[in-house]
Amino acid sequence: MTTSSTAPTKKKKKKQAKPTPGDKNIITAAEQTVEVVSDSGEGAQKCAQTFGRVSAMMGNGVWTVEIIPAEIQPPPRTPTSASGNRIRIGTKPVTNWGDAAHLVVAFNEQVLLQRHRAGALQRGCIILIESMWENHDDEDIRKEWADAMEEMDGHDYRFVKFPLEEQAATIVENPQRGKNMFALGVLANVYSRDLDIIKGLITKEFLRKGQEIVDANIALLELGLTWAEENIDFKIDVPVEKSDVPMVVMNGNQAIAVGGIASGMELCSMYPITPATSASHYLSEIFESYGGIIHQAEDEIAAIGVAIGASFAGKTAFTITSGPGLALKTEFIALAVMTEVPLVIVDVQRGGPSTGLPTKIEQGDLLAAIFGQPGDAPKVVMAPATMEECFLCMTAARRIAEAYRCPVIILSDANLATGVQPFPRPNIDRDWIASPLELSPVAEGQLPYDWDSQTGLSLRVIPGQQNGMFRATGLSHDEHSKIGYTPDVHERGCEMRARKMAVFQQTLQPPEVHGDEEGDLLVVGWGSTWGAIEEAVDRAREEGLSVSSLHLRFLSPMEPGLKEIFEKFTKVMTIEINYSDDPKAPFITDENRRRGQLSWLLRSQTLVDVDCWTRVPGQPLQPGQIHDAIRAHMPTGA
Amino acid sequence: MIQLGCSLLGSSVEEDRYWSMEDYEAAVPRWCSGCGDHAVLTAVQKLLEVKQLPPEETVFVSGIGCSSRFPHYIDSYGFHGLHGRALPLATGVKLRRKDLNVFAVMGDGDCTSIGAAHWIHTLRYNPNITALMLDNGVYGLTKNQTSPTSPLGVKSNTQPRGALLNPMNPIATTLGVQNASFVAQTGDWAPDHIYETIKAGFEHRGFSFIRILQRCPAYTDHLYLEAMRNPDSIEMLTHPNGINSEFTEEIYKNHVYHDPSDLVNAFRLAQVGEKIRLGLFYRNDDLPVYEEVRTVPTHAADEKIAILNAELDKYAV
Repeated sequence: MTTSSTAPTKKKKKKQAKPTPGDKNIITAAEQTVEVVSDSGEGAQKCAQTFGRVSAMMGNGVWTVEIIPAEIQPPPRTPTSASGNRIRIGTKPVTNWGDAAHLVVAFNEQVLLQRHRAGALQRGCIILIESMWENHDDEDIRKEWADAMEEMDGHDYRFVKFPLEEQAATIVENPQRGKNMFALGVLANVYSRDLDIIKGLITKEFLRKGQEIVDANIALLELGLTWAEENIDFKIDVPVEKSDVPMVVMNGNQAIAVGGIASGMELCSMYPITPATSASHYLSEIFESYGGIIHQAEDEIAAIGVAIGASFAGKTAFTITSGPGLALKTEFIALAVMTEVPLVIVDVQRGGPSTGLPTKIEQGDLLAAIFGQPGDAPKVVMAPATMEECFLCMTAARRIAEAYRCPVIILSDANLATGVQPFPRPNIDRDWIASPLELSPVAEGQLPYDWDSQTGLSLRVIPGQQNGMFRATGLSHDEHSKIGYTPDVHERGCEMRARKMAVFQQTLQPPEVHGDEEGDLLVVGWGSTWGAIEEAVDRAREEGLSVSSLHLRFLSPMEPGLKEIFEKFTKVMTIEINYSDDPKAPFITDENRRRGQLSWLLRSQTLVDVDCWTRVPGQPLQPGQIHDAIRAHMPTGA
Repeated sequence: MIQLGCSLLGSSVEEDRYWSMEDYEAAVPRWCSGCGDHAVLTAVQKLLEVKQLPPEETVFVSGIGCSSRFPHYIDSYGFHGLHGRALPLATGVKLRRKDLNVFAVMGDGDCTSIGAAHWIHTLRYNPNITALMLDNGVYGLTKNQTSPTSPLGVKSNTQPRGALLNPMNPIATTLGVQNASFVAQTGDWAPDHIYETIKAGFEHRGFSFIRILQRCPAYTDHLYLEAMRNPDSIEMLTHPNGINSEFTEEIYKNHVYHDPSDLVNAFRLAQVGEKIRLGLFYRNDDLPVYEEVRTVPTHAADEKIAILNAELDKYAV
C-alpha cells in the first residue's frame, strides 16, 4: 500500500516507488461496501452510480443507497455537505446496503468526517482522499484538516492520499467538474472494472453534450486509472458469478415507472413530492409515446381525483405520492372504496409525521394506508421488498384492483426508490397489457353493484355501455347505486365491500419461513428491510441461534397461516423502520407502549404477544444492527 | 382505433334510437319546491333531448350539496363525488374518454370555497366540459351557513349577525384566470335564458363556466326577489356571438351590447353594479383544450410490447 505522507500540492508529482502490476497485493473479497462522497454538486453521485452500474453489468450483485444532504446547496467543505452514494457489490446478489464501508473515496476531509461520525466506516477502512487540503495555502483549511485527522484517529483507517484536482487540472480547465471521473478511474483500477463498459456508459451519459465532453471524461477516467496503476499497490477482487438470465438494473422508482407502464394502466396523475417524484420523471420521458398520459395536477387531492375519474371511465389509473400526499388523498381513497372504482396508489414512504424527513426512509405509513379513512374502507395494501418487486407489484396491482373493484395501495419507501439493484429482466406478459375498452351493451337491467352474495364481487360497468347507466355515489347505496340510509342498506354495502377482501385473502399463499419452521425466535418484517433482516438472521443462525424470519408482501388483507406459523416459535417480533417505545424507557409499560406498526397489526390479527424492535434513523437498517437486536431479543438469551 | 370502432358500431346498430326529455329522467328530484335546481334540471334535460345525446355516452359529475344530487335525477352515467372535487373527477373522465359528453354540477360552496383550487386550475386546463355552478349564496344541505357568495349582511347560522365580508365575485375571478374560455351568467327566474346559456356552453369547445344565480327557498328566498319582480333590475349582455334568448331579451329591456371576445370589457361588466347582468361575458374558441393537448398515440398490444421491451433494453446489463 502506498500512503503518500506528504500531499503533492505542487504541479510536479513527487516521485514515488511505482509498483508494477506483479507487485500488487490482491485482496479477494466476497463483497465490498464502497462509498464515494464529495461536496454537494461535485459529482460523487455520478462517479458512484457509474461504478455501481458497471459492477452490475459485469455480473456482480449490487445495492446502492444515496447519501444526500438535506439542503439544496449546503456550504462546501462542511460535514453537512456530504453527498454521494454507497455501493455494495458482491459475488452473490446483494439485498441491502450492508454495515460499515470497506473503502471510501472522499473529495475532502469534512465530508469524510460526516461519514466517520455517522459510523459508516469500518475499522481499518481504506480511505482514498484528495490530498490538496493537507498543505493548502489557507491556514484555516490546514487546521480543519488537522482537526479532522485527529478526530478520526484511532480507528486504523488506512489513508491513501491522491491528487484529485491537480491531476484533473491537466485535462480540464475547471477540475472541480472533472475530478469525479478521475476518481472513477482510480476505483476502476482498484476493483478491476471493465473499462470498455465504463467508456460506453460515459459516452451514453455525455454524448448529448458533445463528443468533446465525452473525450474529456474518458481522458480523465484513463488518467485516474493510470495514476492508480502507478501509485496504489493493491487491488481488490470481488469475483463475478455471471448470471445466465438476462438482467436489468434500475432503482425502485424506475421499476415503479416501467412497471406502471407494463401494467396496462394508461394514466398516472400525480403532484410532485419527495421521494416519489422521480418515478414521474421517468414516466414523463416515455409514457406518452406508449400511449399513456402523466397528468401533473394542481394538488394531491386533484391528482387522485383525476385518476379516479379516468378509472371510473374505464381506464384504470394510478397516482404516486408519499406520506403527506397520502394523508391528503384520504377522502378520495374512501370514495374509490365506496364506489368500487379500481385504482392504484403508490406511496413511496418517507420519514413522518408531518413534513418529517422528506428525503429519508421510514416505514411509517402502514397503519395510515390500511386504516386512514373514516369508517371501514377495505382495500388491498401491499409492499415490495426489492426493486424487482416494485416492478411486479405494479403489474399485479392493476389486475387486483380491477378484479376486486377496489383501490390497491403499494407501500414502497425511500430506500427502494433511490437504491439500484440488478434483477432478472421481466418477460412482458401479454396479460399485463390492458385490453381495449369493452363498450358493448350490458344486459338490460344490469345492476352497477350486482354483488354476488357470497363473494361481494360484481361486474364493472363503464360509461359508453348501453343499459348500464348508473350514478356512482360516495353515499351509502344499494346494488342499484341508489342512495339508502336504512340500516340494512348500509350494513349490506359494508359487508359486500369487506367480503371481497376475504375472497382475495383466500387466493394468497402462506408466507415462507426463512430458516427453520420452528424455533426460539421468529422475526417478521415487511418492505425494504427484507434483505437486511435475512442477512442478519443468517449470521445469527451461523452462530447457532435458533432464529428464523418471515417477510410479508400483503399487509391488508394479510397472507394466511400466520397464527400457525407463530405458534411454532417461543417468541415473535417485528423489525421495522417506524417508531416504537423502548419498553425500558421511563413511564413505558406494556399497557401504554407504542409499538411498531406491523406488530400492532399482528397482535390484533393473531392474538400472539408479538414484540417489536424498531428504529427511525432516517436510513436503512444495517444487518449488523439487526443481528444485535436479534441477540438482545432471544427468549433464551444469546 | 379499436375503441373508436366499437363505439361507431354501437351507434350504427341503433341508428333509430330517440330520446324524449322523459327518457332522461331518473329518480324524482328531492329538492324543495321553489328551488332553482329544478329549473336547471329541466333546461339540461331539454338540451339532452334537443342534442339527442346518447345517455350511455353522457356523464354528469357533481360534488356534494343540494345541487350535487343532480346526477341522480338524470338517466345517464353519473358520479356524485366529494365536496368540492367534481372538477378533478370530471377532468379525469374527459382526459381518457374524449368520446363522452361531460357535465360538472357544483354549488357555490362546492366550487368557490372547498373546491376553489380545482375551479381555478380546471379553468386553466380548459377541458371540454360544461360546468354549472348553481349559486344560491348559502350552504343549504347543511342547514344555512354563510358561503363565499353570501351577500354582505345576510344572516346565517354561522354568521347570525350577518355575513361579515363582501361576497366573492365568481365571474370576475373566473375572467382573471388565463385560459378561461367561456364565462356566462344566468338566473333561475329566466328559464329560457338558462337553457340557451347551457346550450351555448355545451356547444363551446373548451371549459364552459356557467354561474346560475338562484335563491334558496329555505334560507335565501329574498336573494333575487327584486330580479323576479322588477325587470328593470336586470341588464342583458347581447351580441350575435353571445347568448341568444329572444324571449328573455323581450322581458328585460336593459341591454348592453358586449362582444364576448373583449376580455377587458368583460371584466368591467363583471364588476358588481346596481343591475344584475346576465349573458355571455367572455368566449374564446381558440384556446388549447387539455385533452387535445394530451392526445397520445394508440398502439396495438404487439406494438406496446415492443415499446416496453425497448424500454427494458435501456436498463439491460
